[in-house]
Amino acid sequence: MKQLFAFIRKEFAHVLRDKKTLLILLGMPIAQILIFGFALSNEVKNARLIIWDQSQNAESRQLIHKIGNSKNFELVKYFHSEAELENVFKSNQAKIALIIGPGFDALAAPDRKQSMQIIADASDPNIAQTLNLYLRANIGQFQQENSPQLKPHFQITTEMRMLYNPQLKSAHNFVPGVMALIMMLVCVMMTAISIVREKESGTMEILLVSPLQPFMIVIAKTIPYLIISLVNITSILLLSVFLMDLPILGNIVLLYAECTLFIIACLSIGILISIKTESQQSAMLISLMGMMLPTLLFSGFMFPIENMPIPLQYISDVVPSKWFYIIVKSIMIKGLGFADIWKETCILFGTACFFILVSLKQFKIRLQ
Amino acid sequence: MRRLRFLLEKEFRQIFRNKIILAMIVVIPTIQLIILPLAANYEVSNIQLAIVNHDHSQATTQFIQKILSSGYFKLKASSDSYDKMFHLLSKDQIDLILEIPNDFDKHLQRGEAQKLLIAVHAINGVKANLGASYLNEIIKDYSSQINLEFLEKNGGRSPQVLQISTSFWYNPLMKYKYFMVPGILAILVTMVGSYMSALNIVKEKEAGTIEQINVSSIRKYQFILGKLIPFWILGIMVFSIGLLVSRIIYGIVPQGNLPTLYLFIAIYLVAVLGLGLLISTFCDTQQQAMFIAFFFVMIFILLGGLFTPIDSMPEWAQFIAYANPVTYLIEVMRMVVLKGSGFADLKRHFLIVGAYAIGFNVLAVLNYRKTIN
Repeated sequence: MKQLFAFIRKEFAHVLRDKKTLLILLGMPIAQILIFGFALSNEVKNARLIIWDQSQNAESRQLIHKIGNSKNFELVKYFHSEAELENVFKSNQAKIALIIGPGFDALAAPDRKQSMQIIADASDPNIAQTLNLYLRANIGQFQQENSPQLKPHFQITTEMRMLYNPQLKSAHNFVPGVMALIMMLVCVMMTAISIVREKESGTMEILLVSPLQPFMIVIAKTIPYLIISLVNITSILLLSVFLMDLPILGNIVLLYAECTLFIIACLSIGILISIKTESQQSAMLISLMGMMLPTLLFSGFMFPIENMPIPLQYISDVVPSKWFYIIVKSIMIKGLGFADIWKETCILFGTACFFILVSLKQFKIRLQ
Repeated sequence: MRRLRFLLEKEFRQIFRNKIILAMIVVIPTIQLIILPLAANYEVSNIQLAIVNHDHSQATTQFIQKILSSGYFKLKASSDSYDKMFHLLSKDQIDLILEIPNDFDKHLQRGEAQKLLIAVHAINGVKANLGASYLNEIIKDYSSQINLEFLEKNGGRSPQVLQISTSFWYNPLMKYKYFMVPGILAILVTMVGSYMSALNIVKEKEAGTIEQINVSSIRKYQFILGKLIPFWILGIMVFSIGLLVSRIIYGIVPQGNLPTLYLFIAIYLVAVLGLGLLISTFCDTQQQAMFIAFFFVMIFILLGGLFTPIDSMPEWAQFIAYANPVTYLIEVMRMVVLKGSGFADLKRHFLIVGAYAIGFNVLAVLNYRKTIN
């Protein structure tokens, strides 16, 4: 035990000595949470709109005024021909176009047919669809407001209840997601090169001939990173509560316990990479090239997992950050207790055990 | 010139010697390009809906049928109790709950207004928003349909018809993949370029071999060029493989002019490699270089407009987004591949990325010191 502590002390000295790296390790997650917590949003705002007003009357101008004032649209310019429209779309100056047919008049005689055309740049199909729906809703509303005779005798109205996130803040989704993403990548990257570096610089042999059990060496190497990660979690949580107004409705002790479990799972993946690779460069390429985009996509905070083909859903099951994302959401935002997340916890626990066992098996005491 | 040739020979040997790394920078991006667009799917077509129905009339059944036949919703559960459905929602199994009140149809037949409750699982904004607005559209439609029937029964005039038609250009089938594949390819090319170059000089620093180069008569710019050219060639290679893969697997044929696209990629790669080299000159260890490269690439990916629209970011974030070279590549890829935009539409993009290419590399050369402190 005493030997182990000595080793842990040595590793701490390694980490603390390199001030520049330490600063990066502790500062980077904060910067990332700050940037992404505020910047990422799926709301469609200020979409650039262009209009071809073929009516040119008071009514159409009123409609244009109304649309231009809504927060969803920003009227950039008027156009007067199809060719012009094509040019505008091709140079990305607008996302959606509205053509108001001749003789637009909300108060017109009921039997007169009127037409409008919406043309959307559907290279992003979702935005196009959303904008289309918004624009239609705006026009419909305008019609009703301006022609009392159109008011229906009665209406089916809807009451919307936005559960868990009444103000529809994007941070509620993105902060837990980005937290899972960053913590996973940082933990894996930190440990992935820790053992390889000793192999590369030749100091591994010295460690191996020491009286300590080989696997204890590995444990000692990860302890400082575990602590750094917990510090990171703390600063991320502080930022999200005090700066981003995210609630922590559930039990904070439970939250920390789950975070620790998640960190251990990620660190053990890093250890395995570290044991299997021969150079720092390949360890890094595996953890960056190989893991960044998959972790981002399979965590499920950007794209719903149930939309993926079934084989990919199975792949997402082995990505720890997916489960951690669910756990963090459940505890922080929904205020659920352990009874509702025991399954996810078991999976994380299983992942950690699996990687630790595989690393144990793979860890070679002798050098080739 | 001869010196540069020798340097290049050395760099190429180093790259080709390590088969694992070479495989990694070619194979990993290809696999990811094949798999990831399938995962990045936001076609909102199966919103999980639960219905709490207190009115069991035939008309209500038809109403529900109308909702389901829109194709956007999947009826996951229905029951008489809101609480039961809420429990399912809290476990992420349901996105929307629609509650239909008692005697819904009876009241409608009498011409009384009715209120429906839509409860939305609102943590994920897109799904919630889009799902709820689809549902609202359908309900509005149903409402005016009932209204019409009611008016006709009572001898009223039918209201005015305003026909609104929508056409979706460039992607009429609304395939999300067409949007995602060019963007993901842009990111992969960026990752290959920036990681490889960021790690490279630092590696020589850590291994100590940089001192041998420092004491040689190699000029600074020659050294940087020697590092740049091999990775530039690799980057172009990865990009070409990517285009081929997206054509074979996803059937995406660039609408625009290929030489324009290649010219842009060529300039862009110089910029990204320059950034990597610049990071490399600042760092002492590969670990530092990796973390800084990671930091930048995260910003590149998340603030480049790949997944979330730049227009909806706050202003300061838009500023970062437009200072981000990847934003321009993603835009150009989508514009040329999907819309067939030409050089004239892309002048601004060329200018900005060109400026980056010059700026980063000049800084990298200036910041590379041949002396050790």
